[in-house]
Amino acid sequence: MSGYVSIRGLRKFYGTFQALHGIDLDIAKGEVVCIIGPSGSGKSTLIRCINRLEDFDPSGEIRVDGTAVVPGKALAKVRAEVGMVFQGFNLFPHLSVRDNVMLAPRRVRGTSRADAAKLADRLLTRVGIAEQADKFPQHLSGGQQQRVAIARALAMEPQVLLFDEPTSALDPEMVGEVLDVMKALAGTGVTMIVVTHEMGFARQVADRVIFMDGGEVIETGTPKQVLEHPTESRTRNFLGAVLNH
Amino acid sequence: MDLLDTFFNVAVLRRSLPMLLDGLVLTLQLGAASIVAGLALGLIVALLGLYAVKPVRILMRLYIDIFRSIPLLVLLIVVYYALPFVGLRLTSFASAMAALTLVSGAYTAEIFRAGIQAIPHGQFEASAALGLNQRQTMVDVILPQAVRIVIPPLTNNSINVIKDTALASVVAMPDLLKQATQAQALTANPSPLIGAALIYLAFLWPLVLFVSYLERRYSKGRSA
Ligand SMILES: Nc1ncnc2c1ncn2[C@@H]1O[C@H](COP(=O)(O)OP(=O)(O)OP(=O)(O)O)[C@@H](O)[C@H]1O
Ligand SMILES: [Mg+2]
Repeated sequence: MSGYVSIRGLRKFYGTFQALHGIDLDIAKGEVVCIIGPSGSGKSTLIRCINRLEDFDPSGEIRVDGTAVVPGKALAKVRAEVGMVFQGFNLFPHLSVRDNVMLAPRRVRGTSRADAAKLADRLLTRVGIAEQADKFPQHLSGGQQQRVAIARALAMEPQVLLFDEPTSALDPEMVGEVLDVMKALAGTGVTMIVVTHEMGFARQVADRVIFMDGGEVIETGTPKQVLEHPTESRTRNFLGAVLNH
Repeated sequence: MDLLDTFFNVAVLRRSLPMLLDGLVLTLQLGAASIVAGLALGLIVALLGLYAVKPVRILMRLYIDIFRSIPLLVLLIVVYYALPFVGLRLTSFASAMAALTLVSGAYTAEIFRAGIQAIPHGQFEASAALGLNQRQTMVDVILPQAVRIVIPPLTNNSINVIKDTALASVVAMPDLLKQATQAQALTANPSPLIGAALIYLAFLWPLVLFVSYLERRYSKGRSA
C-alpha cells in the first residue's frame, strides 16, 4: 500500500555529506503529519525534496498522487498541486498582497484577472486579512505576512501543503494567529506535512508525528505515542530538551 | 579680453552653432541607439550567462571579459578599418554603434547579473513551489525586483556610452566633437571646441546628478 505522498529509499547528498539516509514514508490523503527533530536532522531537506526544491539521489523515489517527482512536465504538475509555506514567508515584495495571491492562478492556471481577484479576496478573508489586500507585504506584521503566504499557497488549490517551520521567524505574540489558520485548514481534507517545534500544535492537530534525527526517521506514531510515550531514547532526549525550555 | 575673443568668441560661436547642433543630433542618435541595443544585448547575455547550458555560459563569460578589457578606441578602429579586409564594410555610424553596443552590452550584462543575483534565493523557491516556470519566474518575480537595483548603475553606464560617442569622430563620423573640430578649422578659432564641451556638460551634468539622486534614494530604501 503506498500513500498519496509516497517516499521510497530517499537519499540526499550535499557533496559528500549525506543529509538523508534512505527515508521510507507514506502519507495518506488528508492526513496531517508533523515532523519534529533536532536542528540539522534533515527535516527541511526531506520536505523540500517532496516538491523537488532539492534534487535527490536517483536511487530513491517520491510520488505524489502517483506521479513521480522527476524533472520535466511531471514536476510542473506536482508543483501546481503541492503548496509550500516557508519559514521566511518569501512573499513577493514588488506585488500587493492581492497580487501575491493572484499571480500563480493567473500564470499557471490561466485564470482570468477578475476570477483570480475574487479567489484572492475569498482566501484573504479566510485567513483573516481581507482588509490588507491592497497593501504591500513589507507593511504587514510577520503573522499577517505568513497568513498571506498561506493564502498564496492555497490559491493553487493544492492537494498537499508543506510547511517548513512556519512560525519560527515570528514574534511569540503572532504565533497563535498563524497556528489558528493552520488548525482550521487541517479539517478541510488537504494533506499537510508540517515541520515544527510547536509541540502543542502537533499534539492537538497531527494525525501522526514523525521524529527525525541524523537524516533518518527514528520514530513515528500518533502524537500520544511519540510525544508522551516515546520508545526510542533519542526521541526521549530530544523531547526532554525541548520541553525543559 | 584677448582671451575671451580667442576661447569664447561669440561671433564665431554663433556662426558655428548650426554645425554643432547637427553634430549634437548625431551624437544623441548614436548614444540612444547604442544604449538601447546594449541594454537588450546585456540582458540576453546576462540570462544566458546565468541559466544556459555550460558551454554557452562560458561563451558569455568570455564575451563579457573580452569586451570589458578591450579599449573602445581600438575596437572602433578594428571595426571600421580592419573589417573591410574581410569584406565587411560598415558606415562610420554603424561601426561606432557596433563598437559602443558591444562594449556597453558587456558592462550591462554584468550589471544585470549582479542585480539578478542580489534577489534572495527564497524568491526563486517561492516561485518554483507555486509552479511558475523559469520564464514566468524571471518576468513576473525576479526582473521587476532586479530593475530597482540596476537602475543607478545602468544610468551610469548610459552616461559613459554618451561620453564615448565622441570617439566616433576618429572614424569620420560628423558627431558633435567632429563638427566642433571642423568649425574650429573653418573659423581658425577654438571657440567651437569650448562650445562643444559646454554642450556635453549641459547634457551629462544633469544625468550625473540624477545618478547620485538615484543612488541616495535606493540606498535609503534598502536600509529602511
Ligand atoms: N545547501 C546545503 N549545503 C550543504 N549542507 C546542507 C545544505 N542544506 C542543509 N545542509 C545540511 O544538511 C543537514 C540537514 O539540514 P536540514 O536543513 O534539512 O536540517 P533541519 O532538520 O531542517 O534543521 P533546522 O531545524 O535547523 O532547520 C544539516 O547537517 C545541514 O547542515
Ligand atoms: Mg529546517
